[in-house]
This record gives sequence, C-alpha cells and structure tokens, in this order.
Amino acid sequence: MPNCKTVVPYRGTKEQEDRLRAVIARYKGQPGATMPVLQAAQEIFGYLPEEVQILIAEGLEIPLSEVYGVVSFYAQFTLNPKGQHQISVCLGTACYVKGAGDILEELERQLGIQSGSVTTDGKFSLDACRCIGACGLAPVMTIGNDVYGRLTKNQIGPILEKYRG
Amino acid sequence: MDTMVRSHIMVCAGTGCSSSNSPAIIRALEQQITAHQLEGEVKVVQTGCFGLCAMGPVVLIYPEGAFYTHVTPADAPEIVEEHIIKGRIVQRLLHREGSQKNTVTSLSDTRFYKPQVRIALRNCGVIDPENIEEYIANDGYAALGRILTAPIAPQEVIDTIKASGLRGRGGAGFSTGTKWQFTKDAVSEDGIKYVACNADEGDPGAFMDRSILEGDPHSVLEAMAIAGYAVGAHIGYIYVRAEYPIAVSRLQTAIDQAHSYGLLGTNIFDSGFDFDIELRLGAGAFVCGEETALMTSIEGHRGEPRPRPPFPAVKGLFRRPTLLNNVETYANITWILNHGAQAFAAIGTPASTGTKVFALGGKIANTGLVEIPMGTTLRTIIEEIGGGCPGGKAFKAAQTGGPSGGCIPASLIDTPIDYDSLTAIGSMMGSGGLIVMDEDNCMVDIAKFFLEFIVDESCGKCTPCRIGTKRLYELLTKITEGKGTMEDLDTIEELCHHLKTSSLCALGQSAPNPVLSTLRYFREEYVAHIVEHRCPAGVCKRLLRFEIDPVKCRGCTLCIRNCPADAIAGTPKSPHIIDQEKCVKCGACMDNCRFDAICKH
Repeated sequence: MPNCKTVVPYRGTKEQEDRLRAVIARYKGQPGATMPVLQAAQEIFGYLPEEVQILIAEGLEIPLSEVYGVVSFYAQFTLNPKGQHQISVCLGTACYVKGAGDILEELERQLGIQSGSVTTDGKFSLDACRCIGACGLAPVMTIGNDVYGRLTKNQIGPILEKYRG
Repeated sequence: MDTMVRSHIMVCAGTGCSSSNSPAIIRALEQQITAHQLEGEVKVVQTGCFGLCAMGPVVLIYPEGAFYTHVTPADAPEIVEEHIIKGRIVQRLLHREGSQKNTVTSLSDTRFYKPQVRIALRNCGVIDPENIEEYIANDGYAALGRILTAPIAPQEVIDTIKASGLRGRGGAGFSTGTKWQFTKDAVSEDGIKYVACNADEGDPGAFMDRSILEGDPHSVLEAMAIAGYAVGAHIGYIYVRAEYPIAVSRLQTAIDQAHSYGLLGTNIFDSGFDFDIELRLGAGAFVCGEETALMTSIEGHRGEPRPRPPFPAVKGLFRRPTLLNNVETYANITWILNHGAQAFAAIGTPASTGTKVFALGGKIANTGLVEIPMGTTLRTIIEEIGGGCPGGKAFKAAQTGGPSGGCIPASLIDTPIDYDSLTAIGSMMGSGGLIVMDEDNCMVDIAKFFLEFIVDESCGKCTPCRIGTKRLYELLTKITEGKGTMEDLDTIEELCHHLKTSSLCALGQSAPNPVLSTLRYFREEYVAHIVEHRCPAGVCKRLLRFEIDPVKCRGCTLCIRNCPADAIAGTPKSPHIIDQEKCVKCGACMDNCRFDAICKH
C-alpha cells in the first residue's frame, strides 16, 4: 500500500497540539503507551505526519524511530491525510466470493484513482479493507460512517453522486 | 427500576443489522410507542446478534415470539398499531422458511435454529448488552460470586475447566484447563501475572467474537475475573480490533458498569480479590491475532511474533506469566461453572466437547451466526441451517479457518465438524469462519486470494514467510493468467513444505493450507488453467473471452458506449463485434447488455 511521506504541508493547530499533549501526559509512564497515544493522535489530526510523531516521541521520551516503526507497521495508521469522504471496500472472504473485487475495480474506474490513494480534489479516498463483519450484507463498502450492502456495480455511480454535491 | 411490561420488542443491534439501519428502527418504534402513550407497557430492547444476519434487520416481539425480518423504519407504525395495539401479527414481515411458505412464529422450531445449541451465544439476542442487570438476571456474575465467597480454591476451578474438556476456540484447540494450570504453576519473580483476551478477530469472514462482545460483553469480563482468580492475576487486558467500534463501546460500557457494581476493581464480593480489565485497541494487523505478536503489540511495539518457547504461560506480556484465551473460549467458562463440567462434556464428541460458533458466509441462503454441537456434519450446517446455495447453484466447497485453513470439497460434506476431523482432511477449525462456495467460484482464484491476504499481512520478521508467501503468490498469479506450467505445481508443493516447517509463527506455518487443500481436492482446476488455458468457473479474467451473439444483438450500441477500452466495433442496428486484442475483460458490456447477447467463456 502506498504510504510514503506526505507532500501535504502540516496544518496542525495549537489547540490540536495541546489536546495531544494532554493525552501524552495521561499515558506517560504506563506500560504499552505508544499505541493508545498514536490512536488518539490520529483521532485528533486525522493522520500522523512527521511533526506529530516528533511530538509523541519527545512527549513519551522514546526514540522517533520507534514511533515511526509502530506507525508504519499497522494498517490503520496513516502518514497521509484521507479524503473528505473515506471509501472502504471490504475484501473479506465473504465479500470477495460475492464479487467485492469487481466493486473495487468499478470505484477505481469511476474515481480515477488506485486503491490506497486520494482524488486530486481531496474529496474521496479509496481503500480496500479487511472484514468489517457485516458478512450477511456482502459485498459491502463504507463511505465515512455509512454502510452500503448487497452492492452491484450499477449502484456505484448513483451512490458516489450523493457525496459529490 | 423497570416496571413489568406486557410486550418486549427486541431489535437486533449487532453490526450486521446496525449497518442496515436498526438504530433508526429503534428510534422509530420508540416514537410510535410514545405517540400512543404506551411507554409503561411496551419496552424496546436493543439486543446482540440473533444470528440470522441474512434476514436483517430483525425484530422479535415477546410474548408472541413473532420474528420479523427485513424490517425498515417505515414499518414501525404498522408494527405498533397492528401488533402491539390490536394484537394482530404483521404477516407480511414474518420470517418464512424456504419453499414451505407456512408461517413460522416460534424461532426455536425453524430449520435455522433447531439444530443449534446455544452456550457461548446464550445471551446474544436475549438480553440488552448495555444493561448489566439483564446479564445478572440470567445467572450473570453468579459463578464469580460463588467462587469468591465460598470460597472455592483456584485449583478446584481449574480442575472443573479441565474436566469439561474445553479446548481453545481461537483455532489451535489447545486444552483450556491445561493452559490455566501452566499459568497458575508458573513462577513470577515479582508476583505479577496477567490475564489477556484475544479479541483480534482478523480472519476475513469470521465474526463470532465480535457478536459475543456486542451481544454479551459481561460473560467475557466475568470469565476473565474468574481466570484471574484461578491463575493469580489481578490485571486483565482485552485486545480488540479497532474495526469493531460497536464491540469496543459496549465493552467499555460493560467494564464501567461492572466497576460501579463492585464486580470489578478492588475487594470484589468482599473477598479481598482485586481484578481490573483494560481495553487495548488493535490497529489493523492480522498477525496480532497470533498470541506472541498480540502481546508485543499490547506492549506498544510493532506487532511481530516472538519465538516459542518460552510460552506465554511462562513468559508472556511484559515478560510475566500470562494466560491468553480467545473471546469464545471465555464465553463458555461461566456456563461450565454454573452447569458443571459433566453437562458440558456431554455435548459434542469425546475429544471435542461442547459447541462451536460459526460465521456462515458466502454463497449460502442464511448467512449469519450459528452455534452447533461439535461433531455436527457439514451437511447439516449447509443444507439444513444454512438453507443451501441460493439460486439453485451447486455447492462446491466450504472454507474453514480463514487464511490458515483449507477447503472442504462437496464430496466430504458428511465430515463431522470437530478439531481432529478437520485437521485430518487438511483444513482446520480455525476461529470459526465458514465460507460457502458454489460452482461459480474458482478454487485457484480463492487460493490466490488468501495468499494475497497473507502477503499483505506477513509482518516480515522471518524470511520464509516474507519471501516464501510472495513467491507462492506469484506462482499462483502465473497460473490464473494461463502462463503456468505443470512444473510450477511441484514448485508450489515444495515451497509450501518449506513454509510450513521453517516459518517463525502460525501465520507463516499455516499460510500454505489454502493452497495445499485446493491442490489436493481441486487439482483438475489447476490443470485446466495450465494445460487448457481455461478457467472452468469463468472467474480468471485473463483466460476469459467475451463474445457477442450476432443473433441476439440488436445493435443498440449500449455496449460500445460502455466499453472503457474502445474494443467494440459496430454501427446501429447491426450486430457488434468485440476486438479480442483490445478487450480488457472488464465485463462492462455484459453487465449493460439488455438483450443477453454477450457471453463469456
């Protein structure tokens, strides 16, 4: 998955940084603090740019390399900002055998981007995800918090239209 | 306190039904009840998963036991006005089975539920998971209370678990009682031990653990507290997937409620026993379901596995003795302690006692969650409970154990489902995902699908898994593109052998299973791809040809306009032709043709 250093300039606010510092203060010294702090940081900033990682490394007094190592290991941590609408297509087995691969291809075609990237206007990001557990509705995709199940290729266009507005 | 009400409307609020709008149904029902001033008489309860996800969102109304399926918020006025006020069951929403079309009102008599025995799922769909009192009313925290106040010696608790024959439900099937004994007997230098719960349910297509956490979170908390008492630990960690937001929030609610009731925390039941549970969220790494990787992740590092031994029971989390069990394993514990080891051992087979929860998915009519006694045959699960493959298609294979498991072909449909029978035929129990495939699924493609998953999820620490799975994936890709040779099959088998014997953890060691089992049972499909350059199921795109039937084609030009590769030529009202050189096999023409004139083969 393409997850290289972002080209988007860092736009973190003082308020966001203060919230992160409060989280760091709460977890500092606890065993296994790195993951919960990173999860909170991603909640606050939406992604984990270098600037945020440095804040965390200094705050928790651990090497930056260790923070980066953890960030780059887990699929949920992202070094790049996501689109305004985050599309995830479930590629779990139940969805796959019911044609989720075709759904993903159709989305790539209509959005003109590869899975794992963001449209140039920043409106949509597209990812394949692991089973979200809604196997009864296969094939499934989510856009933000909305879940779309029992999908067919023909539905993709009208669904995207709702978010283009 | 709740007063007695005359009707309970149970609405499933599991992930499946929530995804198809059950929270809005709950709101709509509550509005209707308020509008008709029935607040004191009728109660809407949000429950955990009923199991019949294919029919969701589902609503069950007591005392009649009417089971409504595919309910929408717009149905709420009719349900309240007809059923609740007038006592007339809304026939059009009732669950009907198969071809019989006779109205079924009692859930336990349906073909879906009848062969099931619910132990781990006993409270799912029965209680409100966000209300601790409903759990307590169903024998909740009774086992913990009895053990701590009697008190029953830790060894006696462990002996009961051993006698029950319970084996780990996470996949490997190790004896749970023995694991507890090892952890109890292990010496910790500073006296600290841990209890952990593996809720990192990563197998695609498996959602048993999620349903238990969403539907009955207290059963896991209670069992962990009992385990803590038995092995001498005071801190428990639940490592749960962040992809399960509903489960995470219900667990946190349950932990907070247990605290406020004094069922977690210090001096539980005035016994002097302290136990606390913390949640740790995963971040999307499949390998963290492996026990040593899970513990490395809780410690805050990259979730890479460690060599065993030392086993977690000796040196686990933060290098202290650690008891790690899976969610479903814990969900069985209090039932065993309340009903006795003998009652549990009487269910299932002698070597695999009790029940197993399966997540039924794929090409099956009744997708959902089922709990069956061990030893039930695959035929019962697929044909009776699952209702067979939809659309009259032929059942081809079932896949158990996710990326670590294998395929069971239709010829072995009478195999009893237990740990040892499944291993004997080259699959494994795994955590309980059961994906059904029909004649339209290509087995080479399925093997490739699992390998792609493993390549993505291999942590990269050991060479056999990091490089071996990638090479295996490349070989399979070659075959699905029609470029494979028969020698490739030998290379695949040899590579699989090396992966099995030299990978560091279970992820790599079991990665070849989907390949080996499909090779074993569906070798002719591999051969068809290689020798005849043909995909018998019509899945592998590189081997497909799309053609237009000149008789059926009306020359409407719809396919020409939809083709992304400009591969279709033709003028209006004369048959069109696909240029095979340009065709990218996307199938857009076939999807859009209104005259059924395009075929693939």
